Amino acid sequence: MAKVLVVTSGKGGVGKTTSTAALGAALAQRGEKVVVVDFDVGLRNLDLIMGAERRVVFDLINVAQGVAKLSQALIRDKRLESLWLLPASQTRDKDALTDEGVRDIIADLRTKFDWVICDSPAGIERGATLAMRYADEAVVVTNPEVSSVRDADRIIGMLDSKTVKAEKGEQIKKHVLITRYDTGRAARGEMLNIDDILEILAIPLLGIIPESQDVLKASNVGSPVTLNNAASQPARAYIDAARRLGGETVDMMVPTEQRRGFMDRLLGRRAA
Amino acid sequence: MDAKVEPQRQVMRLRGRSYVAFVFSPFMPIMNWLEEIDATLAQSPGFFAGRPIVLDLAAVELSSHGVAHLVSNLETRGIRVLGLEGIEPDGLDPKLPPVLSGGRGCVVEQVEPKKVEVQPPPPPAPSLLLRNPVRSGQRIVYTEGDVTVLGSVGSGAEIVAGGSIHVYGTLRGRAMAGINGNSDARIYCQKIEAELLAIDGYYQTAEDIGETLRRQPAQAWLDGDILRITPLN
Repeated sequence: MAKVLVVTSGKGGVGKTTSTAALGAALAQRGEKVVVVDFDVGLRNLDLIMGAERRVVFDLINVAQGVAKLSQALIRDKRLESLWLLPASQTRDKDALTDEGVRDIIADLRTKFDWVICDSPAGIERGATLAMRYADEAVVVTNPEVSSVRDADRIIGMLDSKTVKAEKGEQIKKHVLITRYDTGRAARGEMLNIDDILEILAIPLLGIIPESQDVLKASNVGSPVTLNNAASQPARAYIDAARRLGGETVDMMVPTEQRRGFMDRLLGRRAA
Repeated sequence: MDAKVEPQRQVMRLRGRSYVAFVFSPFMPIMNWLEEIDATLAQSPGFFAGRPIVLDLAAVELSSHGVAHLVSNLETRGIRVLGLEGIEPDGLDPKLPPVLSGGRGCVVEQVEPKKVEVQPPPPPAPSLLLRNPVRSGQRIVYTEGDVTVLGSVGSGAEIVAGGSIHVYGTLRGRAMAGINGNSDARIYCQKIEAELLAIDGYYQTAEDIGETLRRQPAQAWLDGDILRITPLN
């Protein structure tokens, strides 16, 4: 039974695309058949993070409009054979998406994959509402700061009212994924703490991803962080989160500050 | 053949119908009786306006001229006489109202125009129960009565109620109670971090809410035209 998962946030720049790629790869590494779908029509990024930007021929809009077949638009990952990408169009805008087009594509993908992970654009407009429209579950990505948390709260309200599941009177399963968690600033009390975020959002915690150079390095080489450096702190946090999505119970690891080496301190370099 | 349909002639139809009229029974001396009428009119002006009045003259002995004088006297008071009773029609001025007979007494429902109808007591105030948290950007408007929220009200959410607002979680958004002019409405919450509180148009923003109250159980109520926020203990 396929699961459609939307990765959403409301606010931009919190790590939706990074998380989509990392969770998608982590699930695929567990042997599940996964497709990541870029809904950010006009501002596509997922192809870059996945390192597939030079292989895009057809895209989501082409399929929605019947110009191309789904099988022509899907791109298989070079590292994991059960991981696929359905890219967005860079030359169109969100108005090119229609409710019926999205419905048909999602229904088609459900028959072919175990997980359909939709990378939502920022905002609360058409692109974001269509990305969440047919989802069964949602990962709400937030940073530990007030504006991001408030936008996440807004998105949760929309998940509970604007999705097909909600309209049928069913509950859409929601998880919060806290990203860019800065251990140093958390220790100094400069960020919202985890309990405050969970109290405000009142949905279960999927994982805490530390702020890390590993994430940046991975996206620069076009690889999900869980593939690029699976032993790194953020990769381990994403792998745990993917296991929780799969229904496993995994102890929550709250990132702690890593000790800087003597040489690092001497040279003034920032540790991860 | 020349067949011609004769247009049917309308026959004038006479129908009988009875009406209810007030009957005045003047007594001697007429001047005293008129004073009583004046006293009634002073209490409720327009009491007889537009009502049919019949004069029963059995108790008084008046000449045709006297009757005419009485009728015109009543007319100056806005009382129009529909007919006369208890007097022989012979020798009366034909300009006077006709003499009636066969009147029967009946109970006339007293409808006092000045009395405002007593409204039935309003049905018990309805209320709206929200089991889920109210999220940022959501706006709940319920002008009929109270709103109860079992969860929290997010920052940027708004609750508008005709009655009181009860929040069993943290109130971070805006709450406006008593918007239909109900100054008795109140706002209660388990933890106050509200952006704005308003009752019947009087409001306070987060800046006005005392720092000592923040994150405490609190209630807001109107004391005259001052919005007071006090701890709920």
